Amino acid sequence: MNWDFIMKYLPLYRKAAVLTVKIGTAGILLSVVIGLVCVAVQYFKIPVIREITTAYIEISRNTPLLIQLFFIYYGLPKIGIRTNAAACGVAGLAFLGGSYMAEAFRSGIDAVETIQMESAYSLGLNRWQTLRYVVFPQALSISMPAFMANIIFLLKETSVFSAISLMDLMFTAKDLIGLYYQTTESLFLLVVFYLLILLPVSLVGSLVERRLRYAGFGT
Amino acid sequence: MSDPVLEIKHLVKRFGDQTVLKDITLTVEEGEVIVVVGPSGCGKSTLLRCINALEEIQGGEIRLKGAEVSKTSSNLAKIRQRIGMVFQSYELFPHLSVLDNIILAPTKVQKRSKEEAKEEALALLSRVGLREKADSFPRQLSGGQKQRVAIVRALCMHPEILLFDEVTAALDPEMVREVLDVILGLADQGKTMIIVTHEMQFARAVADRVIFLEEGVIKEEGSPDQFFEEPKTERAKEFLKTFTFERKRSRV
Amino acid sequence: MPDLGLEVLLKGKNMARILGGLGVALRISLLSVMISIFAGILMGMLMTWKNPISRALTRCYLEVVRIMPQMVLLFLVYFGTTRIFGWNLSGELSAVIVFSFWGTAEMGDLVRGALISIPVHQYESAAALGMTSGQIYRYIVLPQTVRRLIPLSINLITRMIKTTSLVLMIGVVEVLKVAQQIIEANRMNSPNAAFGVYLTVFLLYFIACWPISMLAGALEKRWR
Repeated sequence: MNWDFIMKYLPLYRKAAVLTVKIGTAGILLSVVIGLVCVAVQYFKIPVIREITTAYIEISRNTPLLIQLFFIYYGLPKIGIRTNAAACGVAGLAFLGGSYMAEAFRSGIDAVETIQMESAYSLGLNRWQTLRYVVFPQALSISMPAFMANIIFLLKETSVFSAISLMDLMFTAKDLIGLYYQTTESLFLLVVFYLLILLPVSLVGSLVERRLRYAGFGT
Repeated sequence: MSDPVLEIKHLVKRFGDQTVLKDITLTVEEGEVIVVVGPSGCGKSTLLRCINALEEIQGGEIRLKGAEVSKTSSNLAKIRQRIGMVFQSYELFPHLSVLDNIILAPTKVQKRSKEEAKEEALALLSRVGLREKADSFPRQLSGGQKQRVAIVRALCMHPEILLFDEVTAALDPEMVREVLDVILGLADQGKTMIIVTHEMQFARAVADRVIFLEEGVIKEEGSPDQFFEEPKTERAKEFLKTFTFERKRSRV
Repeated sequence: MPDLGLEVLLKGKNMARILGGLGVALRISLLSVMISIFAGILMGMLMTWKNPISRALTRCYLEVVRIMPQMVLLFLVYFGTTRIFGWNLSGELSAVIVFSFWGTAEMGDLVRGALISIPVHQYESAAALGMTSGQIYRYIVLPQTVRRLIPLSINLITRMIKTTSLVLMIGVVEVLKVAQQIIEANRMNSPNAAFGVYLTVFLLYFIACWPISMLAGALEKRWR
């Protein structure tokens, strides 16, 4: 192992990791918003928009992020929709993640039994109040494991950003392998940095899951 | 005499092509306790669910002090505030403490102040002997305790009528009593109630009027003494026999 | 109206080439899925063992797969093995290795979940009827496990197909690579081809995955 090489290129990796985390965070936040909007539309059964969200979810879940990114980054500019690579990365991740988040939230809402809603209605709560005070808090804790899994999944998916020439960790590693043939060192740094990003998230995820199971509601 | 609290006229309820309630007409006066009995599947629970507009109805009308109760009415939430309902499976909200379960609707729906709602909730909890459970969560309570909390939750909304849907059916036998005692107490206070139950002795003690429902039709209706001592219809006699038969055997 | 790529696709053998690229992707994923299902069933049974060593090992394996992006694993196998062992694996072989490694963990976890989800009472009541443990597996456990597993493993196929798009990055000539080549070759006469060509690739992936997802969803609903 060539430690000089590692020390020399550490800052480069750090910069790349920051980029990965930044775009990842922005994309994930946006996908949570999209997910919430989608389940709200489906919960309130808003006509037409509901069909659109269903179609969106199917399309988003059945195509790979890499292809989505290629289309957004190389395809859309040809019809006049032009943005920079970072914005494309965020948009692509949000397009993919929105449907996964929607599914996570939806399964949480589905798991809340109808009679719970009926008992809220019988107290005079309206549909919105029932969602806000009764269904949503329960659904949130039920969908927590799926939600955490989605965050890990989306952070992992950021590894394809190099394809639209974002200088992320994969890009940096591939670049260094191509330039200097320091394959072992480059790959070592790649693994270490992904561990640094994903291990804490994974730990938080299992912690949350354990706490939820421990405090399990049960009626 | 004042106007009736609840008027049901020619109510029809269908699920698909199956008619569950056929032409039900029933009037409930202020302070009256009505007990509905009948074999399982006779439509007792469906009747309560219709009164609370949890089910759409296919014919007739239900009026609460003149206001129409219907699943399609625009001020449905307003009407439901005036009708309290207690379910067989308690349906406390698992993510809220006992106190928060009780004051959720008074503060969010009726916009009452938190302090006032809390004060009343605690007073009601004391009355059912659960004052010290105010900060517990539903999962920490026994079935009987949960059901008493559910009753308090309904009471705290000051409903004009209370509906009880087989509230002791899911309870262990030794917990049935504590819940029924609470309901008896409410009857003494003059609350207007419709109670669906399988506890015949309790029914007799609490009811002002007994309704015998079978196959979606009110087959018989009368005072508890009359209904339990000398039922008029064959069907009611047979129905009551299933209970006496059990009792005779247990005496041997 | 400027050509947005449709003409380019209809020209010569371009469409056939794209479909050929999709064929490569499907071949890699089907091969990996088959390996994953067989290895995954064994892995899942291994995971239910109470032995602490096998537990720790399978746990580590699961964690690695859970945390490391498949892209990183691809790089490790494709570039790493050349360097460390001097092997010269083709991109396609590296892909099958990585996807099977990943799929086996996923499948193993599913099998484990299905196995432990069968309540103890089921074993006990079967034993109370005088069944041998072989009969219990054959008549009680397997039918219930398989029902839960089939929709989930079908889902694994679509995830595998989607993941194969990554092999572009280690130089395998699949759909996306072919698409790039076509766009490149026609850059003079139809500069806007990227829109239509990438849209077509997008739709092709959708057409490949969507029916499979629908099937999995329908089976899941029916067998719940």
